Amino acid sequence: MSPDLAPELAPRMVRLDLLLFAAHAERLGRTELPVELPAGATVLDLRHWLRDAGHEALLAGQLRVAVNQAMADDGCVLRSGDEVALIPPVAGG
Amino acid sequence: MRTLHLVRRPIAADRLLEAVARDGHGASTLFLGVVRDHNDGRAVQGIEYAAYEPMAERELAAIAAEAGARFGGVQVALEHRLGVLVVGDASVGIAVSHAHRAPALDGLRYVVEELKRRVPIWKREHYADGTREWVDPTATTPAATAATMAAAGAPARSHASPGDGS
Repeated sequence: MSPDLAPELAPRMVRLDLLLFAAHAERLGRTELPVELPAGATVLDLRHWLRDAGHEALLAGQLRVAVNQAMADDGCVLRSGDEVALIPPVAGG
Repeated sequence: MRTLHLVRRPIAADRLLEAVARDGHGASTLFLGVVRDHNDGRAVQGIEYAAYEPMAERELAAIAAEAGARFGGVQVALEHRLGVLVVGDASVGIAVSHAHRAPALDGLRYVVEELKRRVPIWKREHYADGTREWVDPTATTPAATAATMAAAGAPARSHASPGDGS
């Protein structure tokens, strides 16, 4: 990254408002969870962040992560402004 | 009518069938998932359904397109109900049509199974004893655990949950 790049143009952090549903929303008493990760962070990094932030319970079972309304794998790189949602095991039908 | 959507009113089965009717289609199938009065030995009074709505609608559209591609151009119409339902209410209605019965039946099965596998919809069972729990179909239930332990080494069974009409 160029050192003379204006600070507001240097995306050092990824800021997200994680969307929470169902058991997750009930457990945390909220439907969004703000998250800040280093630039270049992936879905796997998000899982580690959740564990380190004391949200291991959200990782229980088979947690999937959706990015911009599509299921994402652990290698998916997250960017500020992405719509990121935690998808606990689904039970439609 | 739009043929794939989330609703907060009773499922309109007749309209689903109308939506897939084609002059060249000799087979129309209809599946209704209905709230039943028990699950895993507990008395159930109702089920509350919630969804990540924009993604759920996208997944439903993708599933319908996949069914059409895999099963000879079947027509699909689907409604999934959200909110609190009581025993006997239909939670999901799916109509699939084709010129012949085999693709219609296979396509219907495909849509039901994919819906349950990947559409972000969740349900919370309301039990007769006043408690409520979000259902995790991937979790091993206490009853299943007991059965597995009794069967020493047998894999944990999967279990049907209410609302799937099975």
